[in-house]
Amino acid sequence: MHLAAGLKTRPNWQREAIAIWGYVQRNYFLTKRYFMWELVWLVYSVMNALTIGFIGVGFGGTSEDAARVTTYLLIGTLIWSYLSMIFDLLSETVSWERWEGTIEYTFMSPASRAAQLVGMGVYAVLYGIVRMIIMLGVISLFFDMSLGDANYLGALGMLAICSVSLVGFGMVAAVMPLLSPEKGQQVTSIVTAVLLLVSGIYYEVDVLPGWLQPLSVMSPVTYALDGIRDMLLDGASFASQWENVWPLLIMGLIFPPLGLWLFHEGEMFAKRTGRLKRSG
Amino acid sequence: MTYTNQDLALELRDVGKTFRKKRNEYAHALKSVSLELRRGECVGILGPNGSGKSTLVRVISTLTTQDSGEVRIFGHDAVREAKTVQRYMNRVSVEASFFKKMSSLENLLFGAKLYGVSDSESRPRIKEILDGVGFDYKRINEPMEHLSRGMQQKIALARALLTSPVLMLLDEPTTGLDPRSKKDVQALVQRIRADHDSTILLCTHDMDEAEQLCDRIGILLNGELVAIDTVQGLKQHYQKDGVLPTLEEVFMAATGSTLEEAEYADELDAEPVAQGA
Repeated sequence: MHLAAGLKTRPNWQREAIAIWGYVQRNYFLTKRYFMWELVWLVYSVMNALTIGFIGVGFGGTSEDAARVTTYLLIGTLIWSYLSMIFDLLSETVSWERWEGTIEYTFMSPASRAAQLVGMGVYAVLYGIVRMIIMLGVISLFFDMSLGDANYLGALGMLAICSVSLVGFGMVAAVMPLLSPEKGQQVTSIVTAVLLLVSGIYYEVDVLPGWLQPLSVMSPVTYALDGIRDMLLDGASFASQWENVWPLLIMGLIFPPLGLWLFHEGEMFAKRTGRLKRSG
Repeated sequence: MTYTNQDLALELRDVGKTFRKKRNEYAHALKSVSLELRRGECVGILGPNGSGKSTLVRVISTLTTQDSGEVRIFGHDAVREAKTVQRYMNRVSVEASFFKKMSSLENLLFGAKLYGVSDSESRPRIKEILDGVGFDYKRINEPMEHLSRGMQQKIALARALLTSPVLMLLDEPTTGLDPRSKKDVQALVQRIRADHDSTILLCTHDMDEAEQLCDRIGILLNGELVAIDTVQGLKQHYQKDGVLPTLEEVFMAATGSTLEEAEYADELDAEPVAQGA
């Protein structure tokens, strides 16, 4: 038996790229192994979307009004399903490792935290797109949506920009389980719930009480939904959505590096205080 | 005898680590521990549960930062050059750290990628290494949770070997294994030493295992390294009336209690460490 081979010498960026692919592939393996649970969540999400769609149908009024309300609600449901999944997957980066008992092995490996978080982000986006396509397919069988003038390309562009912001936002939240193994994940769940409330998923944010509205300004989902609805329901051009695009661009520039920095600081804190271990 | 930095795989100088248990209550996990491992050497650390063995391994493997002192791996500072030293080492711990729903192959491919080893490089080596560790390759696609503890430890050793570490940290790798699996894993560690240019730090509370596998043995008690020498050296140091003691007797002489008594006392003293914020 010849066991010694030595690690192949390669540039750092190549090692990091292999590690990023490792995280994407690992998450695919896990999705495959937990297929039945994935199916359960998908079915739940589809049923939830259909339920909300029927609220729009029951709104009454002219058939055009009902179709518009239904489409308005379903866009919110679909986009929220996609964006919240990105946020949840990123924010559960540390918790996953702890649940599986692999946190020590992962954190003592030479792959950087950036590789880990980017790998999680890439997988979240890919998986979210697949889920959204399936949901859209099922929903379109049930409802006649008002998408005659839709600017699909513009909406996809807006979704792409928002995905970057949400990946960064998730990175910021991912630090919580490092700071507090027992309570960190619960805090990120509260953040998700607050995003759902303030981002205008099923209503315009100006119906919120005045004291809540500043929170909606800080949520990237608010801008993405506003822009996507304008483009899908009214066929607005991408250029006309600058007021929604620039906040997303700024958040996309700020959140990912901020998330990486916070994660690094959180990791150092966890190493000093002995929190970087499998059990809380 | 002193060694040059070129000879040293691992150096610990006055390493101390204290954890806060409760308000104004602290646990001194490591107290000024100094230790050197030469390249290719296998050093065992004997100690009861709670003696600081796992904290020692966590500090070396960059998972915990020491409060005082210095850890150097092949001359590199483990805190300031963490990414460099992480490439040199791998670890097998008492609990197999795997994604239990994933197969052995999937876990091995993932583990290798974290060290920058691609699928095309690792796949041929996985077969070779698993043959070497006596793992039935036909079970490579079974979920880890279907494998026995002994099999899981073999996969853990294979995963470590896949990244060709020059420093291996074995943290009670045979604890909880049945006698047959324990012998298999011990034989494997001996073969790794023979075939692989690895330095090994083995933490254990199995006296026979330490005596069989290690060039030198250290005794860690309450965070202090109370003795370290070759087995023969320890026995000669603690001999009485010209009769060489057993390693168990050496442990008693060095610590004032048997390993079992030390573990029992530790259990009585043990309080849950408050880690949550």
